[in-house]
Amino acid sequence: MSDTVLKLENITKFFPGIKALDGIHLNIRPGEVHALIGENGAGKSTLVKILTGVYFPTSGKISYKGEDVSFKTAIEAQEAGITAIHQEASMFPELSVTENIYMGHHLKGGKIGALSWRQMKKQTASLLNRMELDINPDTLVKNLGVAQRHMVEIAKALSIDADVVIMDEPTSALTLREVEDLYKIVRQLKAEGKAIIFISHKFDEIFEICDYFTVLRDGKYIGEGRVADHNIDEIVTMMVGRSLDQMYPKSDVEKGDEILKLDNLSSDGVFKNISFNLCRGEILGFFGLVGAGRTEVMRAIFGIDKITSGDLTLRGKRFRPHSAKDAMRQQIAYVPEDRQSQGVILEMSIAKNITLPQIDDLSTFGFLHSKKEKEISVEYGSMMEIKAASWNVDADTLSGGNQQKVVLAKWLSTKPEILILDEPTKGIDVATKAAVHKFVSDLASKGLAVIMVSSELPEILGMSDRVIVMHEGEITAEYSRDEADSDRIIRAATGHAWAEGS
Amino acid sequence: MKVAKNFKTLMQKREVTLIILIVILTAVVTFRAPGFIKINNISRILNDTSILMIVAIGQFFVILTGGIDLSVGSIIAFSGMAASMMNQYNPALPVVLVLLAGIVIGAVLGAINGVLVTFGKVPPIITTLGTMSIYRGFTFVLSRGQWVTAHEMSENYMNIPHGHFIGISNLIWSAVIVVVLTYYFSKYTRSGREVYAIGGNKTAAHFVGVSKPKVDMIIFSLSGLLCGLAGVMWTARYAAAVNETAAGFELQTVAACVLGGVSVAGGSGGIPGVVLGALFLGIINNALPVVNLSPFFQMFIQGVVVLLAMFVNTLMGKRQEKSVLKRRCS
Repeated sequence: MSDTVLKLENITKFFPGIKALDGIHLNIRPGEVHALIGENGAGKSTLVKILTGVYFPTSGKISYKGEDVSFKTAIEAQEAGITAIHQEASMFPELSVTENIYMGHHLKGGKIGALSWRQMKKQTASLLNRMELDINPDTLVKNLGVAQRHMVEIAKALSIDADVVIMDEPTSALTLREVEDLYKIVRQLKAEGKAIIFISHKFDEIFEICDYFTVLRDGKYIGEGRVADHNIDEIVTMMVGRSLDQMYPKSDVEKGDEILKLDNLSSDGVFKNISFNLCRGEILGFFGLVGAGRTEVMRAIFGIDKITSGDLTLRGKRFRPHSAKDAMRQQIAYVPEDRQSQGVILEMSIAKNITLPQIDDLSTFGFLHSKKEKEISVEYGSMMEIKAASWNVDADTLSGGNQQKVVLAKWLSTKPEILILDEPTKGIDVATKAAVHKFVSDLASKGLAVIMVSSELPEILGMSDRVIVMHEGEITAEYSRDEADSDRIIRAATGHAWAEGS
Repeated sequence: MKVAKNFKTLMQKREVTLIILIVILTAVVTFRAPGFIKINNISRILNDTSILMIVAIGQFFVILTGGIDLSVGSIIAFSGMAASMMNQYNPALPVVLVLLAGIVIGAVLGAINGVLVTFGKVPPIITTLGTMSIYRGFTFVLSRGQWVTAHEMSENYMNIPHGHFIGISNLIWSAVIVVVLTYYFSKYTRSGREVYAIGGNKTAAHFVGVSKPKVDMIIFSLSGLLCGLAGVMWTARYAAAVNETAAGFELQTVAACVLGGVSVAGGSGGIPGVVLGALFLGIINNALPVVNLSPFFQMFIQGVVVLLAMFVNTLMGKRQEKSVLKRRCS
């Protein structure tokens, strides 16, 4: 094993009142792809921010190329040769590819310190060429597709002659072919002797491209090892930290009658020929990569997105929702994927958030019944065990997990018969996650029909009675609880299901 | 311990800060000019502030959804001019009808804003920037550039704001009624709740079936309606309907809202804050001449106060943001 280029010892980071990182160790070696594994909220992003000089650790030691360092700004880290490709592209849409790539480290030329655009353009072109990307350096970033933007982001990180390249979930917006391109770049960097930190919670990627891994959980260092010496289950257990039964308390339920059926539901350019059925008491898992069209199908069932063709049958009757209200009237509830931007209203109290979907029923001639409102919010708020000083505090004073509970309480209070959950545990802590799983399982055992869209494989495997896998707008596979395993699901999600002949 | 904590949360409320500021300001001014807190002067301040209060409340609902209504001054001018001319040409027409007509005209102009925003999909700031000029232009067209002056108005018309009931002028009463009704609307009605929901999070509101077009129509019509009321009151109180009535008034209404703790990003704020914000501006305007400060300073001081309020807002916001961030990193 070659020498360590970047070494973290006992790194701790406090935010007022919170330990975000607690005693982290990390050894990064040149020519190695190092996976940093952990669930959302495990502290991966905080660690990246410390490595790139955005945050300053509360205590602990960082040594880089044998010397103790402390980066005070992102630019210092960059100049030392540590560069990061961020999860969400941070680009300037109105500027060209070249301008974006050199933002922050423009090349200067001439006597009066003018920027030397010709030079930058030339280097951008050769960089894009090296990455085998067919992108014109003069194109405005807003005219590029999501994946291409991501590639430009990567090019930007590589335009600095870095020794350590951090990739924070680089594949989340990429299609399979682009992921292959990315792997090629990663291997090229590896061959050049650079150290790569690869952050992901997708096991297929980790096993494909990474050599070594370190697992974090709840801000703590859990363990490390060579990828080749471990299997998925071992790593999942390290990630989740509790037995799978505790994390996914799924009870066996007798399937009830069919409540919802989709026949060749299509929406032009988004999804096509989606057919499946859903029964009472069942949890139907929906797996797929980002952009597979799962959310869009759910939004169509909920009346928010348009349906171009196909049929929906609800309780044996044809159903065509035109607005969220139509769907709500039929006792369908949809917990959207992004609670901050689509679920909770931060400036509103918990109580008002919970009763918002039913203010029509809670008012006569437009006047609200405060008493009834209060009863409902207290009932469902306590049921979900929301931790708050009072039901009247604003939602923005709550933690992410509790906000998600508010959103769940809000929808459960409408007494749905079909509950659609879109990434229900994204970005919440492990304890809340387990609690949410427990609620969902209990509700299903009482006859609620649940559709659960999730990108987390352990969650899908642990909670679903049946799993449907989507790829590029189409259903590629359906597995029963017994048939489902990570290999099959991932193959189907990446469009390889037919190879198996299923 | 608990008392101290309660005290701290109380102090963080914009309303409390404003009341304290108002008390301090009044005390300081009274110290220089003891006549400042005489009943007469207080009633003058309230009368001066009532119109601002009424219109600022309309503005508040628009800002609450994240929009802005720049056309309020022009709606006041047009509805005031229309009502005055109605009175000028039909002095026999009962003034209650004239008042109602003014209110309806205002509501219609407001509804036009609403239609442009909802169906034309023009952002509120652009829509009302356009109608601000259009309505002002209408006013000139309607009046042919002429004024309606005191001797062309009937005694009854001019008495709309001046008449009084248990010693309090109709103008103040009208503001009180507007405050009470809109407070009730904002707190205890479905639509009121929906306004907060849209302002707080458009997408989340959409997902629970709250209709943005409906809310936009309501708030713009309401803002227009209140401007219509204000237009009649304005022209009757000053016994003149001129084409420049209430020019630049939109900025004062926004200032009252901002002072009252209404977030320009939408979703937060309340009627009490707006009332106090308007009152604070009214007291400053009234106090300047009393302490022998040139009225030329009025606009300057108003601007400084608004900027200070914004500055405080940002500081408070930053603190909040920090605490949210802190939680998110957990």
